[in-house]
Amino acid sequence: MIYLDHNATSPVREEVVEQIIPYFREFSGNPSSVHNPGRAAQKGLDDARRKVAGLVDVHASQVIFTSGGTEANNLALMGVASKFDFKGRIITSTIEHPSVLQMCDLLESRGMQIVKIGVDEQGVVDLDSLEAAITPDTCLISIMHANNETGVVQPVADIANICRHRDVLFHSDTVQSVAKLPVTLANIGADMISLSAHKFGGPKGVGALIINNRLKFPGILLGGSQERGRRAGTENLPGIVGFGAAADLLIDGQKDYADFLFGLRNQLEEKLSNLVPELVIFGNNSERLANTTAVGIAGLDGETLVMHMDMAGFAISAGSACGSGRTKASHVLTAMGYDGAIGQSAVRISLGWDTKAADIDKFVMVFSRTVKQLQQMSAPLTMAV
Amino acid sequence: MAYNDKVLDHYENPRNVGSFDKNDDNVGTGMVGAPACGDVMKLQIKVGDDGVINDAKFKTFGCGSAIASSSLVTEWIKGKSLDDALTIKNKDIAEELALPPVKIHCSVLAEDAIKQAITDYKKKQ
Amino acid sequence: MKLPIYMDNQATTPVDPRVLELMIPWFTEKFGNPASSSHSFGWEADTAVKKARKQVADLIGADPKEIIFTSGATESDNIAILGVANFHKERGNHIITLVSEHKAVLDSCRFLESEGFDVTYLPVQDNGLIDLDLLVNAFTDKTILVTVMAANNEIGVIQPLAQIGALCRERKVYFHTDAAQGVGKYPIDVNKMNIDLLSISGHKFYAPKGVGALYVRRRPRVRLKPVMFGGGHERGIRSGTLPTPLLVGLGAACEIAAQDMESDNRRILALRERMRQGILGQLSDVVVNGDLEQRLAGNLNISFNYVEGESLMMAIKDVAVSSGSACTSASLEPSYVLRALGVNEEMAHTSIRFGLGRFSTEEEVDFVVKTIVKAVNKLREMSPLWEMAQEGINMDDIEWAAH
Repeated sequence: MIYLDHNATSPVREEVVEQIIPYFREFSGNPSSVHNPGRAAQKGLDDARRKVAGLVDVHASQVIFTSGGTEANNLALMGVASKFDFKGRIITSTIEHPSVLQMCDLLESRGMQIVKIGVDEQGVVDLDSLEAAITPDTCLISIMHANNETGVVQPVADIANICRHRDVLFHSDTVQSVAKLPVTLANIGADMISLSAHKFGGPKGVGALIINNRLKFPGILLGGSQERGRRAGTENLPGIVGFGAAADLLIDGQKDYADFLFGLRNQLEEKLSNLVPELVIFGNNSERLANTTAVGIAGLDGETLVMHMDMAGFAISAGSACGSGRTKASHVLTAMGYDGAIGQSAVRISLGWDTKAADIDKFVMVFSRTVKQLQQMSAPLTMAV
Repeated sequence: MAYNDKVLDHYENPRNVGSFDKNDDNVGTGMVGAPACGDVMKLQIKVGDDGVINDAKFKTFGCGSAIASSSLVTEWIKGKSLDDALTIKNKDIAEELALPPVKIHCSVLAEDAIKQAITDYKKKQ
Repeated sequence: MKLPIYMDNQATTPVDPRVLELMIPWFTEKFGNPASSSHSFGWEADTAVKKARKQVADLIGADPKEIIFTSGATESDNIAILGVANFHKERGNHIITLVSEHKAVLDSCRFLESEGFDVTYLPVQDNGLIDLDLLVNAFTDKTILVTVMAANNEIGVIQPLAQIGALCRERKVYFHTDAAQGVGKYPIDVNKMNIDLLSISGHKFYAPKGVGALYVRRRPRVRLKPVMFGGGHERGIRSGTLPTPLLVGLGAACEIAAQDMESDNRRILALRERMRQGILGQLSDVVVNGDLEQRLAGNLNISFNYVEGESLMMAIKDVAVSSGSACTSASLEPSYVLRALGVNEEMAHTSIRFGLGRFSTEEEVDFVVKTIVKAVNKLREMSPLWEMAQEGINMDDIEWAAH
């Protein structure tokens, strides 16, 4: 089985697992305890915090560990909203992750004004609309760095500039872009960025919100002074240690990793386009994450294609992995204007650190063959209509 | 509770633990703090005819820093005149033991204990 | 015998090796996202999640559909209390809880007070247990939720959940229990006890940190507003990618707890009694805080009069315990739980919590008893309060200069 769904999740790297394991038993103290085992746990926590801070080039005090990217995004929006007493406007985009969009719905129900900026057919947020939407009472702009479904990278530097000029806070969901692009708080130019460990070789169940030190707001979980009062609850120490270890592995190897993925992805797209000429690569003319290819072939059903690929030994996805367990028309592709047949046919191939060049060759062969078979099967039906 | 070595040393090997007869005219007793606050320090000095503190003893109910602070001052005040002993400030104690901010009150207590003990001694004269 | 001896199992527990072994493959080989519905990596992970959900449900007599996975008991408490309050605020705005609850419950209640809710914080009796008459009298027609912990984290006393549940059910008031210290330690059955919402923490019973669960009753259905938003995971109540290895660990810990509960408890209780008798037999002026009968087998909370708790912890540095002394808490206040029992501040400062667990041994207990007796005697020799007590001076007669 070849796994090409790294935007959904990645296996934990062996080097990371090795560092996690001791924290389940040998160093299993509660970091809040003052005794020896507690202090050993606290040290593990501190070290990991420094490593994560190092990855995104901030001070350790700017890292708020959470249970994952969803909670980090929730915390960013909820934190700012409560800081502004649930008044004013938040601007976001139509292609954000549900953890941003649904939180916006809640904030709207609590009296805030939410404006969702659209994207062009290349999947890029329209900066003019964004700027025009800013009102004096706009408190936050939340735009993701790179989209999970298409990999399209948003012009965050420009957005950061606008935010600075207009004195608006800027949050960017960088869950998908970390490791694949040089993400630091300063590079993005944001006041807050969200991270998730399991997207780049760390374990599931841990993430972080990185915040600008000047920003102060109440946490969303109540009941303890952990994370400087911004996130209560006993820390997921093994998870955090794994997060730190995965971050540490990246600090030196980030550029090599991106180049490696970029090479593989180009190989994939070139070969696919040659073998399946009718293939559309979504966001093809935009800057995209080095590992992500979202494609559509009009007339095919993405679900069916993915299932055939699974049976043939390749794990890819139609739409994003979401909790409901069913896939519906992707809100991202719909926002890009692909709401018809081509949108229905979308599949996502996302590469990761364990992907090999040979996997790509095998995949391309099987994929193009499967596409042809499915096209033949559906052809008579199409003609009958 | 990551204690500095000097605190640990005084805690593990406290100097001058004990009591003098508080009714002795040459003895001054200072008792500061309160059980409800978690620290009570008793510091006693024995003063010679020359006005020099020639012995000191303490007993302390409190955390490691409180015990170390009182142990330290018993060492410091021995051999000092009353006036010199009064020059010892809590800052000196806190610095010597590298007390963290949450433990500064222990050094304040120790300073107060010296003052009270000397006042008590003078009252008897 | 390995030092330091870990005797703080109410703070957290090590992961059981049997649990850890089952978790490992889910980090690397079987790493799929349980929400990935399009390939076998996802299905395999989803199957594991289903199994874990059933293991958790079985331990508390629930249906798997009633289990919501969370990042821990703090999050479960937040969802339960804020979620029920926000959904039902039209019906009523009154909540009843105990002064001795965990901070996650108290802080959630305080937050609701700032949003216009009324919260009654019932006192506890001097054995730490709820006074049911006070509860009965506290209900109003505006009461929507009662939240009372299963077992207290500091003194281990076990609240009468079945009786509280019955009182709530009669009045059609939701009953939430923070069972972080109870689940896996003694039998809890959500149906027999009429519990509507129940918070579980993995790391308190040999599962990993970073995972917990919330039981939410379906019949009669408990409705609540979510606190976390996103991909619609966990029936929309709690979004976010499910951490498969942690869930596998939580499930396995539940199964082991169900299977070993009786024998574990028998053994741990015997150790605790050996410890209690060892200490009480050799030291005067020591008091056990909290009821001895209605109590977790593994908890012993003792005040050692005339000896400050933090200095005692320093003296027994090879033994990891915790103290109710202000000096060891972030707030610099002595334990509010002990204060709630009517323990005076002075005695609260002298308290030590010994938390025995599945991996505690008789050898360890004997070592701890020996160490603690020696340390208390040494510190009492240094204590002006002990000296005064020996001289027959009554501490209450002294005017202390507070600082």
